[in-house]
Amino acid sequence: MDLALQVRDLTVRYGGFTALDHIQLDLEQHTTLGLVGESGSGKSTLARVIAGLIAPDEGQILLGSQELRKKRSREQHKKIQMIFQNPDASLNPKHSIRQILSEALLFHRIVDRSQVETRSKELLSRVQLEARSLDKYPHEFSGGQRQRIAIARALSVEPSLLIADEPTSALDVSVQRSVLELFHTLKAELNLTVLFISHDLGVIHAVSDTVAVMRQGKLVEINTKDQFFVRPEHEYSRELLSAVPKMPQ
Amino acid sequence: MSTEPVLEVESLTLAAKSKEILVNNISFSLARGESLGLVGESGSGKSLTLRAILGLLPRGVEQTGGAVRSKVSSAMVFQDPRGALDPLCPVVKQLAEVVYYRQQVSRRAARTIALELLERLGLPDSLRKKDRYPSQLSGGQCQRVVIALALACKPGILLCDEPTTALDVTVQRQIIDTITSLQHELGFAMVFVTHNLAIAANLCSRLYVMKQGQIVEHGETLSLLQHPADPYTQMLIDSVLPLPELELEGSRQ
Repeated sequence: MDLALQVRDLTVRYGGFTALDHIQLDLEQHTTLGLVGESGSGKSTLARVIAGLIAPDEGQILLGSQELRKKRSREQHKKIQMIFQNPDASLNPKHSIRQILSEALLFHRIVDRSQVETRSKELLSRVQLEARSLDKYPHEFSGGQRQRIAIARALSVEPSLLIADEPTSALDVSVQRSVLELFHTLKAELNLTVLFISHDLGVIHAVSDTVAVMRQGKLVEINTKDQFFVRPEHEYSRELLSAVPKMPQ
Repeated sequence: MSTEPVLEVESLTLAAKSKEILVNNISFSLARGESLGLVGESGSGKSLTLRAILGLLPRGVEQTGGAVRSKVSSAMVFQDPRGALDPLCPVVKQLAEVVYYRQQVSRRAARTIALELLERLGLPDSLRKKDRYPSQLSGGQCQRVVIALALACKPGILLCDEPTTALDVTVQRQIIDTITSLQHELGFAMVFVTHNLAIAANLCSRLYVMKQGQIVEHGETLSLLQHPADPYTQMLIDSVLPLPELELEGSRQ
């Protein structure tokens, strides 16, 4: 299997605090890696370093065979896209959906100006929104729909790696379900490689092929989904799994 | 268990100033020592119902019909523990203040009771020597302080508004265990509001499912979960994402 992403010995310090401690992580092409951990474990920091939003103190990130350095080219930025937890904060409230989608398409020269409208409509239908939503503004949509728009924007530039940082945590449970189903369809249709971050083990189980567990800046376990949920290797993984409230039988 | 309920909510209706009805004609009663779960998604009116019981409706919301009858006092545990605590007041001092006013004891006795409560809730012993501000405690510890504040009022009913939603799973587990054991010990009744059906099912003997201000279904927890009549209840049940059974430790080595 080809590796989409390799993280080598990555360390990030905030002042005296070590947020990431020598992280080693491989992500295979066309798979979804679920990253779990409690708050403060460093999941989001790792996502931000990979996306190039934070510069690491030590270590190396390879996307395919290319090393990602502190200064990234436009092409390298394009290849990694991110979806954030709160769609209210990640979409500009003063831009219509047309502006939100076309900005990325034009900046990265994905299509010609004349093609932008067609492509935007295609993207909306991909995330199951109507084409006439184009002239609406973010506040006219529900939380789940807004998250779909954020997904469409991330997909618009055809990234080779998609990072989703708690994309369903701010949503109601029924909406969460439909967004997870969307991830499932998109994964099958587009052969996406996804780094999916969540603290909710149920969500991780629903989307991942491989699971990585973080605790206090360290990676404590990487395992296939089936192994992890039935026979976790690390004590802490077991603790996490047994703490999930279950339905009475 | 005595047959007389400690709390009766009778066709309660709440509306916004704009006459929009937020909670529509809901009724339930709570027996001594019983736990009742209100489940539903955001906007279903579950938190407003709790606030109506406490008499703490937000500005702009009015009770337009029905009645809330209760012979005992109630206290509330809020969702966001840091928001519920005064960030500028150390926690033992905060708690002692509540004990002093609610239990009508001397300042010194109030402090002793406060420290006992905190110890019972599993907060570190070092608080005896050095008081700390909420920002110096973890989220789980802050929630324990909030529960202690509620218990300092010696409530007959504990109202819990998503007390574990903002917390990590392992901490959530500890808080739920703490609430359960305190309930056994002190015998208060509880109304537990959550959107997570699994938590409600573990804590409560009866469930009320709310949707858009109305109760769509209610019943004994187990029978409700096994034979849901309303599609919305079924949807909530399905939304608890399944996890495979963990293999027992040691079976692999």
